[in-house]
Amino acid sequence: MHKKDKKGIHELYAEDPLAADKQLWDREPLPNTRRGFLKKGALTAMSLVLGAKMVHAEHFPAGMIPAALAGSDQPFALPGKHPGLIVLNDRPINAETPPELLDDKLTPNDRFFVRNNGIPPENVDLSTWTLTIEGESAAQTKTYTLAELKQKFTPVTLQLTLECGGNGRKEFNPPAKGNQWSTGAVGCAAWTGIRLRDVLEDVGVKSDAVYVGYYGKDTHISGQADKVVISRGVPIDKAMEAESLIAWEMNGKPIPMLNGYPLRLVFGGYPASASGKWLSKIVIRNQVHDGPKMTGQSYRVPCKPVAPGTKVPDEEMCIIEGMPVKSLITFPKTGATLRQRQALPIRGKAWTSTEKITRVDYSIDFGATWQSCTLEPAANRYAWQQFSADIRFPEIGYYEVWARATDANGIAQPMLLPGWNPRGYLNNACHRIAIKVTA
Amino acid sequence: MREPFDNLRPILVTLNLSVLVLIFCFGYLLIGDQVVAMFDQPKPMDMDAYRASAATAAAEDVDRIENGIHVQSGLIYAEGFDIVRGTCTACHSAKLVTQNRATREGWEQMIRWMQETQGLWDLGKNEDAILSYLAQHYAPEEVGRRANLDVEAIEWYVLDLE
Ligand code: HEC
Repeated sequence: MHKKDKKGIHELYAEDPLAADKQLWDREPLPNTRRGFLKKGALTAMSLVLGAKMVHAEHFPAGMIPAALAGSDQPFALPGKHPGLIVLNDRPINAETPPELLDDKLTPNDRFFVRNNGIPPENVDLSTWTLTIEGESAAQTKTYTLAELKQKFTPVTLQLTLECGGNGRKEFNPPAKGNQWSTGAVGCAAWTGIRLRDVLEDVGVKSDAVYVGYYGKDTHISGQADKVVISRGVPIDKAMEAESLIAWEMNGKPIPMLNGYPLRLVFGGYPASASGKWLSKIVIRNQVHDGPKMTGQSYRVPCKPVAPGTKVPDEEMCIIEGMPVKSLITFPKTGATLRQRQALPIRGKAWTSTEKITRVDYSIDFGATWQSCTLEPAANRYAWQQFSADIRFPEIGYYEVWARATDANGIAQPMLLPGWNPRGYLNNACHRIAIKVTA
Repeated sequence: MREPFDNLRPILVTLNLSVLVLIFCFGYLLIGDQVVAMFDQPKPMDMDAYRASAATAAAEDVDRIENGIHVQSGLIYAEGFDIVRGTCTACHSAKLVTQNRATREGWEQMIRWMQETQGLWDLGKNEDAILSYLAQHYAPEEVGRRANLDVEAIEWYVLDLE
């Protein structure tokens, strides 16, 4: 293969799309139109070649997701995941959990949402997987095998809620770009692993440490082998919290492949993108970590509130350092009809990055009046809390049940969308379900 | 001294082996799942889950258009479709495109962001056609500060409370 003979497909298209069509797919425009795509078979050829061969070339892990499916809009089940998950994107895989599938106290592994920025590693070998700690503020560079991590440090199990920073993005107006998450990019599992701080202290943290960043073994969807997909992290104080974990188990089982198998970080209360998956390296930085998706507008909101639709320069965007108070009604599923003589039991989950949720209320009159729910305490900080109530309806008709959580500082969820931001993060507006009461 | 059964021996051995293999297969069918579960390592990726549906979806469905939508990608089938599909499904699926809504300027910003950070190439002459297609078919709608619940989309059901 001589490089000069091979022109990139985009180069060809940029020069002359019609000529490129002819050259690549033997496809010609129909007379008097430019709609070459009508010619039978052309799409097949094009999709196969474009999707699989030309662009990804040799770099792309063959068979990760077959080309025929890569651009598909057809529903299909994700490996290891409940078929009820809503797939927002299948390459890279992004899928959310409908509220009624989050009714368990702890979110089962097959129901936990997936937010992948790249392609998970294939053929993970536990015996050769290592975690390296390095960086300007690390006293030394040190590498551990999985076995060493498990032997050397005290294991802990904690219930930690993970929520994607963009959960609820779908509702922003003007719309914000990215996966249009509805309510289901959240889950709470029992994570087993070790405290990040134990490992950091074993390596030695210099006094000038500011931030901790991660690197994982996922690969970029463009097929560029050396391109880092995402490398985010947390301030050193957050890294040192007792609830900040390096985890290998989720609900007593190995972490699902799509959620970071065999090793990941878990930081409750932070946008889940801080909790690096397929974890292979941690850097202790003497500056705010600057890996891909730490900078620019990613996982940042305007430092000062802005009007909807405002263009905000990068330097006026601040990193999100905590997810807001929020709740979800997980029973019943929206659309329930019942008789007026029946009381409606509702159940749900509430969570916050602050100390704890102190109350959850519900309203059946669009916020005119609120009644309190029974609220259970959290198993530990950053675990979600369960709430429940029995609701009586005054007359027949259409109702919406709205839930509103309040934290220990008295901060509650808004009923309308909170502050608009360019990338559509932190929508914690009250969740609501539709109910019909019949005679 | 040859025993009369000597020449049967290889056959018997083969038979025995086959019986063993059969027993193993049966055993595996009966308790294989539990044994495998004991090891409990998630398969690195269950590719078959993808391949099965892919095989059926592949051949005949690729060109299908229904109600103005190209079924396989979910993209609106209109002028510019071929270039958009060709360009915008090279890395991610078209779902990332069809989920989003933006003005022409907004789409242009997304393209610039992908060019600056995600390895998207210079789109040359195609950019204009791509932007026109996106701005026309995936334009934002005004929904106010909070949209109504989509009552049309709700599947009403009788809640069993007994
Ligand atoms: C070179 C690879 C590549 C190509 C080709 C490409 N994109 Fe992307 N695009 C990406 C990556 C990587 C992301 C981020 C994916 C993620 O975070 O899940 C992305 C994200 C997006 C998003 C979501 C925006 C966001 O901020 O997450 C949209 C919308 C999008 N692409 C549209 C397009 C359109 C339209 C085209 C065709 C002009 C296109 N893409 C072509 C790589 C590409």
